[in-house]
Amino acid sequence: MMDKKHITERDIVLEIKDLQKSFGDNHVINGFNLKLYQGENLVIMGKSGSGKSVMIKCLVGLMELDSGSISVMDKDITNLDQRALDILRADIGFLFQGSALYDSMTVRENLEFPLRRHSDRFDETNTEAMVMEALESVGLIHAIDLMPSELSGGMQKRVALARTLILKPKIMLYDEPTSGLDPITSKEIIMLMQEIQKKYGTSSLIITHDVDCARVISDRMILLIDGTNYAEGSFADLSKREDPKIKAFFKNK
Amino acid sequence: MHIFTNIKSASKSFFTEIGELSFFTVRFFKDVLKRPLELKELGRQCYNMGNRSLFLVCITGFIIGLVITLQTRPTLMEFGAASWMPSMVSISIVREIGPIIIALVCAGRIGSSIGAELGSMRVTEQIDAMEVSGTNPFKYLVVTRVLAVTLMLPLLVIIGDAIALYGSFLIENSKGNVSFTLYFNQVFNALEFADIIPATIKTFFFGLAIGIVGCYKGYYCKKGTAGVGKAANSAVVVASLLLFVIDFIAVFVTDIFFDL
Repeated sequence: MMDKKHITERDIVLEIKDLQKSFGDNHVINGFNLKLYQGENLVIMGKSGSGKSVMIKCLVGLMELDSGSISVMDKDITNLDQRALDILRADIGFLFQGSALYDSMTVRENLEFPLRRHSDRFDETNTEAMVMEALESVGLIHAIDLMPSELSGGMQKRVALARTLILKPKIMLYDEPTSGLDPITSKEIIMLMQEIQKKYGTSSLIITHDVDCARVISDRMILLIDGTNYAEGSFADLSKREDPKIKAFFKNK
Repeated sequence: MHIFTNIKSASKSFFTEIGELSFFTVRFFKDVLKRPLELKELGRQCYNMGNRSLFLVCITGFIIGLVITLQTRPTLMEFGAASWMPSMVSISIVREIGPIIIALVCAGRIGSSIGAELGSMRVTEQIDAMEVSGTNPFKYLVVTRVLAVTLMLPLLVIIGDAIALYGSFLIENSKGNVSFTLYFNQVFNALEFADIIPATIKTFFFGLAIGIVGCYKGYYCKKGTAGVGKAANSAVVVASLLLFVIDFIAVFVTDIFFDL
């Protein structure tokens, strides 16, 4: 975990300013702000439909924002051309809620796919070694030639994590990393996320409504209510607050 | 009043769909020569589409040949024109029946498969994952598939036509004792440049239509797993309708240039 005493403005790796996003008359995000610091695990909690997934998709350019700005490693993603955005995306790992493994490819091909897309950044002769290293870090070397349909939900999540790690990203985005998993597998995934953070020194933005996940992994938390930052602080700080809207998040703690 | 509202809403969604499909087609032509060319994926798609549709096309072609010959033979016999059978069957199969029926079969086989595959990739966020990894999913998934159908359909139609003619020969041989050489001599004597070239050119457009519609429906699939089924279904329906429209235009244009 990071030492917050040494944080400076120069350590910001990702910043969102006054993000607005609507779908017709439905204002999903209303002026959301966020700063993610180097090496930090920032958890964003919010109810279903509160705009968490929309926000994270805006972050990687999968959705256009209505207004506001998103800066990733000092680059404003709204002003980047497609080529520059693709290069920047290699530094951002995205773990999707449903794993999003390519189901027509084996585990090996799933991991090789991003490497081949960024062959200018990696030596193609090392592909095999990089695939093995990524699979080893999630403990799934034995599954290398299996199809995604042959894997359990937890294994799919771990392979998706390995596919994300293979490009050695500087920032990790997790969209509901423990959703749909049993408590034991959830715990395994959370531990894996911590190990990855230690091993690769990544900064992580984790979207979840799993209180246990937030408690174990967060350095700092933001509660997203009605599309805006409702409260911010450490898990210990937020869980003690008396505000009923905040208490509602922690009542099953 | 309610009827007018429904008509207005249906017309709006119809024209919106036409507009979106047109933009999708323009985007295909803009991306088709962009690098990387994705030749490996194109080859894989060509093999999959050609290989998986071949058996169905062969069976369809064979039955077309049998049925046309069986249905037409008695009428031609009545007028003492049974010797015209190879010419009549070959012209009708090569010009019209072969291309349109095989294209319809492929719209069902390939169009639905593309719609369902891309639809499923959309709802399970695989397309988003591809984009986030720095890949252009439109180029990798759409362009390769559309090109593959466009290139494979003419080949499948040629194979289907040949098998249909062979089926027709089998009936002629069993009923009229016509030899293989005599039958196919008459077939090739009857066929002209104006029969083969326009019919082959229009199959490229048939392939393009099947690919574009299938990819469009799958790529913009919404509403979860129910949406995947809807994407596959509407890919077949819209592509089939479009095939008839293209066929009419092709025949109209051919008539102008070749005076049919």
